[in-house]
Amino acid sequence: MSVRPRFDPNRAARHRRARIGMVVFQLATLVGIVVLMALLYNIINNAFGLAAIEYRIYPATLGLDLETLPQTPRERLLEILETHLSPGLRRSLERTRPLTQRSNEELAALVLERVLQPKVLDTWPLVPSLLHTQDIVAEVHARFPQAEVRWVRWLNTRFLTRPQSSAPLRAGVRTAILGSLWLVVITAATALPLGVAAAIYLEEYARKDRWYNRLIQVNINNLAGVPSIIYGILGLAIFVRALEPLTSGAVFGAVAEGVTANGRTVLSGGLTLGLLVLPIVIINAQEALRAVPNSLREAAYALGATKWQVVWHHVLPEALPGIMTGTILALSRALGETAPLVVVGASTFITFDPVHPFSKFTALPIQIYQWTARPQPVFRNLAAAASLTLLLLLFLSNGIAVYIRHRARQRRLV
Amino acid sequence: MAQTLSSVDLRGRPRRREGLIQVLLLASGLLSILVTLGIVYELVKGAMGFFTRPLWEDTNKPLAADVAPSDTVLPVRPEGAAIPEGAIIRVDEEIMRVQRAEETALQVERGLRGTQPAAHPAGVDIFLEDRVSLWEFFTGTRWIPQAGEFGILPLVNATFIVSAIAMLVALPLGLAIAIYLSEYASPRVNNVLKPLLEILAGVPTVVYGYFALTFVTPLLRRLLGPDVVDIYNMASAGIVVGILVTPLVASMSEDALRAVPRSLREAAYALGATKLETALQVVVPAAFSGLAAAFIVAVSRAIGETMIVALAAGAGPNFTFNPFEAAETMTGHIVRISGGDLSYDSIDYNSIFAIGLVLFLITLVLNTLSQRIVARFREVYE
Repeated sequence: MSVRPRFDPNRAARHRRARIGMVVFQLATLVGIVVLMALLYNIINNAFGLAAIEYRIYPATLGLDLETLPQTPRERLLEILETHLSPGLRRSLERTRPLTQRSNEELAALVLERVLQPKVLDTWPLVPSLLHTQDIVAEVHARFPQAEVRWVRWLNTRFLTRPQSSAPLRAGVRTAILGSLWLVVITAATALPLGVAAAIYLEEYARKDRWYNRLIQVNINNLAGVPSIIYGILGLAIFVRALEPLTSGAVFGAVAEGVTANGRTVLSGGLTLGLLVLPIVIINAQEALRAVPNSLREAAYALGATKWQVVWHHVLPEALPGIMTGTILALSRALGETAPLVVVGASTFITFDPVHPFSKFTALPIQIYQWTARPQPVFRNLAAAASLTLLLLLFLSNGIAVYIRHRARQRRLV
Repeated sequence: MAQTLSSVDLRGRPRRREGLIQVLLLASGLLSILVTLGIVYELVKGAMGFFTRPLWEDTNKPLAADVAPSDTVLPVRPEGAAIPEGAIIRVDEEIMRVQRAEETALQVERGLRGTQPAAHPAGVDIFLEDRVSLWEFFTGTRWIPQAGEFGILPLVNATFIVSAIAMLVALPLGLAIAIYLSEYASPRVNNVLKPLLEILAGVPTVVYGYFALTFVTPLLRRLLGPDVVDIYNMASAGIVVGILVTPLVASMSEDALRAVPRSLREAAYALGATKLETALQVVVPAAFSGLAAAFIVAVSRAIGETMIVALAAGAGPNFTFNPFEAAETMTGHIVRISGGDLSYDSIDYNSIFAIGLVLFLITLVLNTLSQRIVARFREVYE
């Protein structure tokens, strides 16, 4: 080996370079933070703002206030429907269910949907809406003389509680949230027991010098690196096609003829995500088991406990907080996954909630994908609102994970 | 409590439950092997279906006269593509093999592959059987399923361009963050920065896709001009994929840098080296294999990343080296064609397995390489 002399006697220059280097590294870190801020800014900026809305009949002309529409006196709502609906439409509505028997909420929804008929013409993000309110109002008056300028919170309680709709102002993510929850429950139910069992085997039982145990370990590490879309293809081939009678519920007679989703069910999606997060659950659980001190095992063995008694009564309870934290983080990953669900065949437009494992489904990330991919700018606002919802859900679940870890640490300190 | 030692049975008993539990646990471990085998089996089976599936190419060479079920010579018009001897052809639903081909007549063996010889009227087109060859698949520069052209190069090319842009962003940024965290930052700063990086790593990829399309693309278009940058382009997708893998590069690199023994740094300081000299000339070279592993894993992640490219890089395969043009990657293509109502009996369905297999093999090689490097690098300091 030849050693190159690299001594630079100019100390002042070297120290200057050292200071510049530190600034560069700090700046790089700052860039990371700025990007995170830009991401959040971009989403929040698009989830709220001004919108130019055109009505068929303006609420003011009827003496209505949009914010308190369901609280309008019942007689007034009925009267509006009476006078503004075409006789044919009214008859068909009466036939489905007499108007007088409907709740105030339903009447208000009818008034909005059939009488007022709001239509979004254009939208502006939050920051320009705040800074240039006057200019926007002027622009709207010039471009769309009839339109009304209104503040819209795209993320609001109605957005969270309404099903999907093709009209942007009425669209919501209830179906998608419920679909995501179903997926997470099915994923957890498959990946948690299987993952923890595999981790126990590898950490507590497996002899590391056996080739097949090494193979299992290497294989799990490799599986964790397989792109998520490959799991989607696997799910499509196995759960959707090969196991169709099972995943469509036909075997159990659970689904009436004609409404079957042909294996493209929330069960198929959940099982696919289960396989996807399995290696992550195993690796995290292994780490939690490894953190359990050996003295605990040895003490239990010394008292005559069998291997399983040691694992079940001593090692597992001690490792449980770590396992839970790791599992929740893995489930967060499942909550945000999109590509495998698209391949497995999540529905893009459904308005009914998933009620059993054999339902068609959509999920929050799918909804974001669909809305983002649409060319009309209004749907970008909906996508932003749905993204914000998803991020809040993830924040919540990660918060729970961090809390569990924190509490377990405190208990250990006492 | 009243038991005396002699009344306790201390003889060993067979514990069947213990054995059963161990078998169940082993079975859970083996399931992961089964998943891998399942992936390989389904991808290979689907890809085989892709390469053995007959594509019927219109020869534009119609029958010149009516053909009865018993005829073995088909009169054809001279125009259209030439039909080689031994080729498989299809007339209506019937499949035949050409035994001798002349300008205006084909001698054929009729009713192949379970089809029945039938009468065919004059003017019916003859279809020539074609298959996607491995050669065409790996060297073709056009992917047009409707025209029967399946060259994967445009998809692979777009994947590599997006990944290259991503690594141009993630490598310097991730490495600089890692050096800052491991060599410069105080534990308190670390406690603030690491959760921030974890948040960045935990953002769903579809949200990054939204970010790419509604923030980075408009930014690029404003900086470089809308004539230069398309609405859908690989550069925007690549930059955001780079942001996505930066936390991964940073945290793996930081681990590698922290694994370098303190004594090396102290020796450098004792020789009068500055902090920068120590970091760049001592610590980084010492951790090189770990950094290489991080880099390779990040490349693998970037190649497999789907939603960002599906939203921001554009739909439609396009063989181009211009990063500001739209081009579909392998993952983007799979998502787009499986997003619609995909018929199981179509070449499109089969093609996603062929693409998936290529994708799987590329990422497998990269991940294995990275694990090898990590295993070797651990040996150095333990």
